[in-house]
Amino acid sequence: MSVPAKEKASSFEPNIVAFVCNWCTYTGADLAGTSRLNMAPNVRIIRLPCTGRIDTLFILKAFERGADGVIVSGCHPADCHYTAGNYHARRRFAVFRELMEFMGVDPQRITFSWVSASEGGKWAEVVNSTTEKVRELGPFVSYPRVAHAQVK
Amino acid sequence: MSRIGVFICHCGENIGRTVDCAQVAQAMGELPGVVHSVDYKYMCSDPGQALIKQAIKEHNLDGVVVGACSPHMHEKTFRKAAAAAGLNPYLCEMANIREHCSWIHEDRAEATEKAKGLVRFIVEKIKYNRPLSNIFIPVNRRALVIGGGIAGIQAALDIADGGREVILVEKESSIGGHMSQLSETFPTLDCSQCILTPRMVEVAQHPRIKLLAYSEVESVDGYIGNFEVKIRQKARSIDVSKCNGCGECTKNCPNKKIPSEFEQGLGFRTAIYVPFPQAVPNIPVLDRDNCALFKGRAKGVKKQVCGKCATVCGRRAIDFDQQDSFITEKVGAIIVATGYQLYWIGKEQESEILHGYGEYGYGTIPDVIDGLQFERLASASGPTGGKILRPSDGKEPKKIVFLQCIGSRDRAKGMEYCSKICCMYVAKHTMLYHHKVHDGKAIVFYMDIRAGGKGYDEFVRRAIEESHALYLRGRVSSLTRNGDTIRVQGVDTLSGEPVSIDADMVVLATAMRPQPGITSLAQKLSVSYDLHGFLNEAHPKLRPVETNTAGIFVAGACQAPRDIPDSVAMASATASKVLGLFSNEQLEREPLIARVDRQTCTGCFHCERVCPYGAVERFEVKDRKGNLIKVIAEVNQGVCQGCGTCQATCPSKSIELDGFTDEQIFAAVNAL
Repeated sequence: MSVPAKEKASSFEPNIVAFVCNWCTYTGADLAGTSRLNMAPNVRIIRLPCTGRIDTLFILKAFERGADGVIVSGCHPADCHYTAGNYHARRRFAVFRELMEFMGVDPQRITFSWVSASEGGKWAEVVNSTTEKVRELGPFVSYPRVAHAQVK
Repeated sequence: MSRIGVFICHCGENIGRTVDCAQVAQAMGELPGVVHSVDYKYMCSDPGQALIKQAIKEHNLDGVVVGACSPHMHEKTFRKAAAAAGLNPYLCEMANIREHCSWIHEDRAEATEKAKGLVRFIVEKIKYNRPLSNIFIPVNRRALVIGGGIAGIQAALDIADGGREVILVEKESSIGGHMSQLSETFPTLDCSQCILTPRMVEVAQHPRIKLLAYSEVESVDGYIGNFEVKIRQKARSIDVSKCNGCGECTKNCPNKKIPSEFEQGLGFRTAIYVPFPQAVPNIPVLDRDNCALFKGRAKGVKKQVCGKCATVCGRRAIDFDQQDSFITEKVGAIIVATGYQLYWIGKEQESEILHGYGEYGYGTIPDVIDGLQFERLASASGPTGGKILRPSDGKEPKKIVFLQCIGSRDRAKGMEYCSKICCMYVAKHTMLYHHKVHDGKAIVFYMDIRAGGKGYDEFVRRAIEESHALYLRGRVSSLTRNGDTIRVQGVDTLSGEPVSIDADMVVLATAMRPQPGITSLAQKLSVSYDLHGFLNEAHPKLRPVETNTAGIFVAGACQAPRDIPDSVAMASATASKVLGLFSNEQLEREPLIARVDRQTCTGCFHCERVCPYGAVERFEVKDRKGNLIKVIAEVNQGVCQGCGTCQATCPSKSIELDGFTDEQIFAAVNAL
């Protein structure tokens, strides 16, 4: 862990998975594409109907499979296509984030954001800033240790 | 083992420029389960689609992954192509390598790697796709319209003329709404009653409209196409089947001094009454709170105190013991058109966010009236026969001050929205006043003039130039009695001078608010509403008359402040939506909804609590003898919209959202 941050940044490219809702963030990411907004290629999107559908196990599974960071993004509060799915998601993730912190996972590896269908620019910003942040944090090597600690 | 076909699109240069499509196709071809993998210049073109169809047949594919643009763009196209080749359309999915890859990256190697990853997600996911078929829901092709104002009348007539049955529910004893109270209408100055009453009669005579006046919606069950509505028919104390509307009872009622609601308190009515002569249906109603007989009964007087109406009624239609009755109607769509009320500016307010305007003396100074009261004064059928007279002493006012934006656009008083119609009706009032009192002076205090609409601005100019209304830009700080007149203290912000006017009468253009009781109705319908109680439309621009609850529509001022042309346009829009819904006996919809595993569901009903649509119902599992084994959740296919919140919440993982099951998502994540 004594590697200087700068050197780490140049040698390591993080893997990031984004779980996004179909109506706001996915469409917002589409808009970023149609607007040709250049962004980091580290983020791969998995589309779900609503943030309410996102099981916290998906996030754990992503870490287990080698993701260094996760983004969860959906409609702004009060804008949910399904009226209230994002509120349930918000509560679920508030608890989940605390649990992660308790388990020793740096909460900075998980980004929660609201990106609407008209916020292509914001999506690019979320992607770039998350990539930057996770790149600084380095590879998520401690996850197996955390997972095993639970088993013991 | 799956037999998946992968099709990578170049989209001309759009994808091909930054992604090496051939390399992606080759890499995908090596994945287990993939039996066919190709790239092509334009997958969405006819030859591209033919390529997919041919491959499905040749390779006997059981899954198709198209790596191309956003599924929002072409998912339907490719699913249709798959279906044409005999593959279940839900076994075809898209990976977005254009918007989410080629368009946002420049480095070819990086973009190609990412494209491989994105397509691999979908290849792994599709291995767990199940063939699904669209769901058909029967539609009960009758409509319910709540509210019998101009919006409700228009909607009911349009649907009925379109050949479908309509039930029109109105809480007052007559339809007509606020429009029946108006004297004349802007911007044409034609008489409101003259254009409205023929439509009211049309409603009453229409063979396909069932009019339920003096009734209210009690409860609503069901979902689009299949609502069950319980309606309370309030006791009129009159047998509707016997009454012929002769009017003998109202003529003979001894209690003649009850302030009339229709006249906004400026005129009087009897205890048994018809609100106005053109009422539809023209059947009186007995106001039990003000009837001597009922007052006597309440006091416990044994002898019948009055009962004159019953004695004079030749058809014995009066029934003092009538009770509220309930009927249940089955309908496929509901239109809400409950309209508005005016903001009461007195001290006591029903809601914490409202504050009233004590400084304007409404209710204490008799010559300070509101816009609807002025309408009644100006109406030929009103309490003064159309003469503008002061309520206090019956004298003709020579100077009237009109105040705009009372309650509207005033955050301090709780309503920051613009009520939209006041600028126009104040201009109309100044004209009507000028036409009736030639030497009278109308002075208007305004904040801005908002006269957007066909012929609207011209109308306001006419009020200023031809009817000589004096428009002062500014607010009024207080209204006080000054002998026989009202002292209006205000400011003219254009000249910067304080203004003090002694007026004979003051008219307040009070804000428009939704009807009282709108929130409880909205809860019965599970329709959302805003801070002020106005019902929310599904989308402010693209779905302005639908609500987020499928099958429920909004028209008129229950959704936002609306004038008559707006309300009528909205009403016709809802009618066209309803007729479109009713054009088929069955409603077809995508099957991407939740499904319960009856074996493992334990009936904890967490899903029921989180479902935003109330789509989760209770299902009783019984053994062969009919003994109850357990109560579990069941998803109503008509109501579920497929958000999947239930699935993420289910502790036993017994509820699955088709198209996005746990298996599918985990398979995608595993492909990381």
